[in-house]
Amino acid sequence: MIEIGLGHYLTLGAVIFSLGTLGIFLNRKNVIVILMSVELILLAVNINLVSFSIYLQDISGQIFTMLILTVAAAEAAIGLAIIVAYYRNKGSIRVEEIDEMKG
Amino acid sequence: MIAHALFFYFFSVIAIVSAIFVIVSRNTVHAVFFLILDFISIACLFIMIGAEFLGMMMLIVYVGAVAVLFLFVVMLMNVTEQKSSWFRGTKKSNHIPTGLIVGSVILLELIVIVGGWKYRDTFSETKFLSFDKEFTNTHAIGNVMYTEYIHLFQISGIILLLAMIGAIVLTFRKREGVKTQSYFKQVSREREDSVELVDVEFDKGVKFDD
Repeated sequence: MIEIGLGHYLTLGAVIFSLGTLGIFLNRKNVIVILMSVELILLAVNINLVSFSIYLQDISGQIFTMLILTVAAAEAAIGLAIIVAYYRNKGSIRVEEIDEMKG
Repeated sequence: MIAHALFFYFFSVIAIVSAIFVIVSRNTVHAVFFLILDFISIACLFIMIGAEFLGMMMLIVYVGAVAVLFLFVVMLMNVTEQKSSWFRGTKKSNHIPTGLIVGSVILLELIVIVGGWKYRDTFSETKFLSFDKEFTNTHAIGNVMYTEYIHLFQISGIILLLAMIGAIVLTFRKREGVKTQSYFKQVSREREDSVELVDVEFDKGVKFDD
């Protein structure tokens, strides 16, 4: 319990990943919170990569974390642009009202 | 070692609690604030574990750019009014039990993986890429990033360029009825198009056919 090892960090990543997944499923409010849940999932992946990189003494995990950081920023920009365009057309971004594709 | 454990539990408890608040808070602006808190505590964890460069990068990219982008969009739209429904929608849906089942199964699987890894940790003895102790973290990342992973670096640049173009294309709209200057029309205007010499007779005046 006192000795913090790789398992602790992986557990933290697992918990945050699961919370992000739950956020995607449970959310009925608006799409922005779903995007934030995706950010949480990517954050959990980052935690895993960095902790493996530190505990295995391998720097390349941190390089891949930077790539994930880039992709997360790009995803947030594109997703928010889509949401803005949708809001301009429909006037609402409630999740339950976005049902044109009958998904 | 005790201090390490103390700080780890402190930051990770803050991170998990704020992640919970991100997905359950009724006000979207509050959700963004908790997302920022989550990012900051994870960045503190990164700095604590020894990845200082990435911790600072997380602060700059996530808190400085992504979270502010989220805040802009949230405040641009009138979504903070929709506080009333949280999990419950107006329509009947069976998302909640499905989501709970999927989320708990994922957590279970991940914990099983962590537990199984505890009994087999020999693969850390294999040889990996350089991780010298005399370099700082930033130095080590720079050493590898511009040599081994130069293609990854450039691809991430292209991804950012694509994201920029995509965001602009998605949100750009042509407005009607806006008067703008057309340089091409201005420059290609000839004297014959616009100037007409008329011989005016005395005491008659000029009649334009317009």
